[in-house]
Amino acid sequence: MKEKLIEKTLMLLAFSAIGALLLMAVFIFKEGMPIIFKVGIKNFLFSTHWAPTKGHFGVSSMIVSSLFVTIGAMIIGVPLALACAITLAEFAPQRVTVILKPTIELLAGIPSVVYGFLGVVLLVPLIRDYLGGPGLSLLAASIILAIMILPTITSISIDAIKAVPYSYKEGSLALGATHWQTIRMVILKAARSGIITAIILGMARAIGETMAVIMVAGNALRLPQSPLSPVRTLTSNIALEMGYAAGDHRAALFATGIVLFVFIMVFNVSANIITKRWRRE
Amino acid sequence: MISFFFIALLGCRLSTKEGVVCTIAGSTSIQPFVEKLAEIYMEHHRGVIINVQGGGSTAGIRSVRGDVADIGTSSRELRKEEKDLKEIVIAWDGIAIIVHPDNKVKDLSLSQLRDIFAGRIRHWSELGWSHRRIHFVTREEGSGTRNAFEDMVMHNVPISDEALVEDSNGSVREIVAHDPHAIGYISYGIVDQRVKALRIDGIEPNLRTIKEKRYKLTRPFLFVTKVAPHGLAKDFIEFVLSPEGQKILEREGLIGIR
Amino acid sequence: MAKRINPLMLQRIVKAQLWSLTGFTIGILFFIIFFISIKGLPQITLEFLTSNPVDMGRSGGIFSTIVCTLYLIFVSLMIAMPLGVGAAIYLTEYTRESRLTHIIRFGTECLAGIPSIIMGLFGFAFFVMALGLGWSILSGGMTMSIMLLPTIIRTTEESIKAVPYELREVSFSLGVTRWQTVTKVVLPSALPGIVTGIVLGIARCIEETAVIIFTVGSSLRLPESFFDSGRTMAVHFYILAREGISMPNAYGTAAILILSILFINLSAYYLARQFLKKIC
Repeated sequence: MKEKLIEKTLMLLAFSAIGALLLMAVFIFKEGMPIIFKVGIKNFLFSTHWAPTKGHFGVSSMIVSSLFVTIGAMIIGVPLALACAITLAEFAPQRVTVILKPTIELLAGIPSVVYGFLGVVLLVPLIRDYLGGPGLSLLAASIILAIMILPTITSISIDAIKAVPYSYKEGSLALGATHWQTIRMVILKAARSGIITAIILGMARAIGETMAVIMVAGNALRLPQSPLSPVRTLTSNIALEMGYAAGDHRAALFATGIVLFVFIMVFNVSANIITKRWRRE
Repeated sequence: MISFFFIALLGCRLSTKEGVVCTIAGSTSIQPFVEKLAEIYMEHHRGVIINVQGGGSTAGIRSVRGDVADIGTSSRELRKEEKDLKEIVIAWDGIAIIVHPDNKVKDLSLSQLRDIFAGRIRHWSELGWSHRRIHFVTREEGSGTRNAFEDMVMHNVPISDEALVEDSNGSVREIVAHDPHAIGYISYGIVDQRVKALRIDGIEPNLRTIKEKRYKLTRPFLFVTKVAPHGLAKDFIEFVLSPEGQKILEREGLIGIR
Repeated sequence: MAKRINPLMLQRIVKAQLWSLTGFTIGILFFIIFFISIKGLPQITLEFLTSNPVDMGRSGGIFSTIVCTLYLIFVSLMIAMPLGVGAAIYLTEYTRESRLTHIIRFGTECLAGIPSIIMGLFGFAFFVMALGLGWSILSGGMTMSIMLLPTIIRTTEESIKAVPYELREVSFSLGVTRWQTVTKVVLPSALPGIVTGIVLGIARCIEETAVIIFTVGSSLRLPESFFDSGRTMAVHFYILAREGISMPNAYGTAAILILSILFINLSAYYLARQFLKKIC
């Protein structure tokens, strides 16, 4: 009897995470959907005019900015992360990897506000003085995000590369391929799903980051014209205006959250599907 | 509406201790000054609690009407439909237009200022300085300072969507202090030596010009109550208006009413 | 047609490039830590740690923010730990892989991917407003605990899975019930893994900002109870730095933040290695 009770209790606990997820979805949709219906989904998603206290609720420039910032972060971050992963998994001596992998993972633990602050103090003046514009820009946000997602991508990619069966590598080397040829044609192919998962998770982290972006992106509402334009992402829109928002304005910020939520779920689900395939392989 | 709801809940939680608790809610521009005053007031009067909350001017005024805050604070003039409430000016504040100290521009007219923020004047050369673009910084939608700026300067011309947007007086000042080509507007109370406040229509913002309302971008800091204040609220307001309270406000950079 | 490069030559070039990119990345990490340490460590004195912020943080120390951070960690872990460990026990000891566990795992993974700003919005709408807890350490702790759940579930699950099956068999054969087996045999062996989860949770509480601003608020007063609003170190740093209130104090706070994260990560790493040693 007591055993049964314990089992039931534990089962309830096991549902806590998924319960929290559902509750979260319900609350954010409940707060945000009314305003989306009020202004119309098309208007909300495709208008660039955001002036919530004057009745304009278009988030398209923020969606575009969020995507650009994320893509920029990927262009800068992915090659670096893959280079690290390949080096540490294949070239570096075991002793070095054991030390360097946790060191890189430590980068993930540095508070995002510290990254943002370093961006403001070091990166923004460089961009302003040498490239022009106000410095607070899409480029600055992308660089800071690239550094922030490096550890995620590197660490998962290392695991994926290490999971490739040793026999693959042996076979290739035995056929006379060089180590690099083996990596490029055999190992990276075999680890492909794992690496893609790593990249998707990195993207999810980049599109969801708030504090660092708000500090370096400049938060202007216009669609980005160049990498030096200041931009406002979905996340920074929420954090920037939540302080005083009331009524429809507040609802519109929750609606911004819905858009972000949908993006993240798409990333999560695709990462999940690809991971499953990776496991099967 | 919701912040109102929140303050209502907060009020309920505290109402058990009525008499020794005074809740003040409203403008976040005024909040730091009132916090300072409350801190000193509570040192004088052991056992009483002055609870200072933000929420914005509009939420503050609403919470007074709903009896959940004893005093509301507002950093803008009351609107017509709000005039039935009792208002007490506790200090004056100027909205300073700030630029980097290296900036050669010293004086702007109100219409030039409007054109800058509307995106119609785009280069400093049009104002007699360098050929670089003007980086203009505004506050976020909903901010009381932005409201006041729009009322006094923009007159229904929208602020351009090219503007950099920051969510506090302090962060606007930080950007202007580091970018030689930036311009922004902040509360006069927090202007420091790292930025330069411009003359507007030939008048420099300082204690005298703001007090005499000759400086055009002057706004009152208001305490708002539903009925004539009584009890602890009355005592606290008297403290704020007393020479000691006013001296504290002036030390923090505001302009006293005397 | 371009001349083919000798594969060995190519390998040498690629290797050099990869190594330099790796060096660059590691360099960034060390640069960040050194930059903050050099600017921040001189600010840290006993007085800085033990006095409250004065004048919005322009002077004084960071004592109240340390207290607030500790309270927050305490509340978050108190909620997340039983939930997470319980969930992990259920997933490993009480069920077989089935559709149900797949759904639970998928939900947990999705939760891990939710950005903190969404967590913050939810915590604000639910705990702060709907439940009427106001901006308080309690609201923040509950929101944070949801954020910590996936990590704690995962690390606990992994460490429970690593406990050899024979231990359970011996226990069962002695007629001990499942729950007793779990508490007396499985959990003690899995302890280091659980502790790793907790340590990672602590780090998460220290570094988080967006959630805290939305749910705990940013009041500088020393929190007296879990119902009080407060300001954690990360939020304090954010406000000091962003509003340019005091750069020396901002660097000092950043140094404390980085040092504690460094210390926490090292101990998590150490624990994980101890754990590996034990089961190998």
